[in-house]
Amino acid sequence: MRKSDAPRTGARTVPVPLLVPALVGLAFLLLPLIALLVRAPWSGLPDQLTSPEVWQALRLSLLCATSATLLSLVVGVPLAWLLARTEFPGRGFVRALVTLPLVLPPVVGGVALLLAFGRNGVVGQWLDAWFGITLPFTTTGVILAETFVAMPFLVISVEGTLRAADPRFEEAATTLGASRFTAFRRVTLPLIAPGIAAGAVLAWARALGEFGATITFAGNFPGRTQTMPLAVYLALQNDPAAAIALSLVLLAVSIAVLAGLRDRWMRAT
Amino acid sequence: MTGRTKSSGGPAEGDMAARTEHSSGSDEDNMAARKKSPGAPDEDDMTDPCAPTTTAEPTAAHATGSGLDARLVVDRGTFRLDVTLTAAPGDVVALLGPNGAGKTTALRALAGLAPLTDGHLRLDGTALDRVPPESRPVGVVFQDYLLFPHLSALDNVAFGPRCRGANKAQARARAAAWLERMGLADHAGAKPRRLSGGQAQRVALARALATNPRLLLLDEPLAALDARTRLEVRAQLRRHLAEFEAVAVLVTHDPLDAMVLADRLVVVEEGRVVQEGGPADIARRPRTDYIAQLVGLNLYGGQADGHTVRLDAGPAITTTEDLSGPVFVAFPPSAVTLYGERPGGSSARNLWRCEVAGLETHGDQIRVDLTGALPLAADLTTVAAAELGLHPGAPVWATVKATQTHAYPA
Repeated sequence: MRKSDAPRTGARTVPVPLLVPALVGLAFLLLPLIALLVRAPWSGLPDQLTSPEVWQALRLSLLCATSATLLSLVVGVPLAWLLARTEFPGRGFVRALVTLPLVLPPVVGGVALLLAFGRNGVVGQWLDAWFGITLPFTTTGVILAETFVAMPFLVISVEGTLRAADPRFEEAATTLGASRFTAFRRVTLPLIAPGIAAGAVLAWARALGEFGATITFAGNFPGRTQTMPLAVYLALQNDPAAAIALSLVLLAVSIAVLAGLRDRWMRAT
Repeated sequence: MTGRTKSSGGPAEGDMAARTEHSSGSDEDNMAARKKSPGAPDEDDMTDPCAPTTTAEPTAAHATGSGLDARLVVDRGTFRLDVTLTAAPGDVVALLGPNGAGKTTALRALAGLAPLTDGHLRLDGTALDRVPPESRPVGVVFQDYLLFPHLSALDNVAFGPRCRGANKAQARARAAAWLERMGLADHAGAKPRRLSGGQAQRVALARALATNPRLLLLDEPLAALDARTRLEVRAQLRRHLAEFEAVAVLVTHDPLDAMVLADRLVVVEEGRVVQEGGPADIARRPRTDYIAQLVGLNLYGGQADGHTVRLDAGPAITTTEDLSGPVFVAFPPSAVTLYGERPGGSSARNLWRCEVAGLETHGDQIRVDLTGALPLAADLTTVAAAELGLHPGAPVWATVKATQTHAYPA
């Protein structure tokens, strides 16, 4: 880049009014994480992390987040396709509804879930009466709460990818004799796989950190509904060192997810 | 035109190879058609796993005739497409027209990708209007090919047969045979992004043909290619189209592509057919400014009275033809002679005073656009243009010999 060396104009320098706030913002984002590392009880860490409570919570968290992601995939991808590829009255409204959990306070989501699937809920009373199924305060309840909060991430991500994908590939498949479903399965799905994967990771990360809806709808029972975030919050009351240790685990998982995302799906953009 | 003879084979359903043998052409195309490589997909694939699913297979409908019979009416906002298309098996029809004329819409309507507002669509006697695209015996080569990027060339071609009921091995065998026929056996495993433009075009053609369509549609088949590849691919495509025994319809805005590839041209402007006929006829007797421009002729409408035509544009012109009533008069820009001063002598009857509107190089010639008594285009050599000192705004005298004009009834 010898050319750019020659005329050294001021155009390339970053203006101070932008630089300073940018650095403040960056520091604000990083400081808490650094504090977490600084204050971590490194010496007692092995003991903390090998305690059965931690493993129980971590295992439950991973199980529930993964299940919620799978559930989101099974219903979320078709929903994204419907929103991206079909015309129906009120589609914009439906789209807004799908994204609502993104902005809704998770606690409100939890309350809403209770009203729907609780023992006396709109649907829950029938589930209870007919099938003897009770969802609140169970591991299944945790999965549902996490799905409720995480699925919009997947739907939005997949819908965006679908909109960017050329729909004429589906048309080409159709002219070759593929039904619309076959075209989706054999052409569209492989084409949007990276978008689906990125959406799934986002949803998984969101589900892993889910707190408000979970504690409201599923409660806080160790081994059954106490996921990592709940365990962290509870530990903070009586054993701060344990809380920090648990937080470190979640931080490590998050960084791992981000690294995976960057390398495989979020290159360049 | 091209002197190409095609098998306009009988409507009988059956063996493609047998039908090709019926073709009586003696030119290279048909020689090539006979020399199909052994194992080409035409013999065995008639025990065709597609057949059960191509619901539009003609059954007892032979009485209504084979080939394509369509009137396509598609309303799109303020735009209305209304074109009638007919073609016999073996015909290659080109839809020629400017951008936005509705050619691609017509193609999409034929493929079932755009619903008909009105009209009808029959192929080999079977109504296709209500048949969904996946059940139509129609193959499409899209403008940018739309090869599935995640599948190899082989799997792209095998996609159609697979969708129409062949098992994986059958479909792949058939795809391999088609690729072989297209000279692409070595690229079977390549992903589309590794193929050159010409190769991708052939894979797209193979993919469309692998389902044994009764109607092959090609949307601007050569538009995505650079000039050099284009020449070669055009020749190949011409050969493959000549071998194709059913109806082929191609859409193009390039008159050369249309004339080389098609037996018959249907010129579409603003959603309507403005002229149709053989390439030679269209080139010689254009009926709209658009076609005249495409084929490089000066074209005027007028009223003939004997050898004189009173042009709508104003002046009269003397022609060799003896006609009366509304006519078109056409002559090439090379038939125009320009003078700086009013030429002496009396013989020049078609003489007009004009003004240079613009100049551009046109091959090794200069194309001069003239306004004035008669707006026209004239071609002259660079030397002649320099000697005349032509520049925009320069006054000139233009003449055309009657023998170089061509008048025909409108």
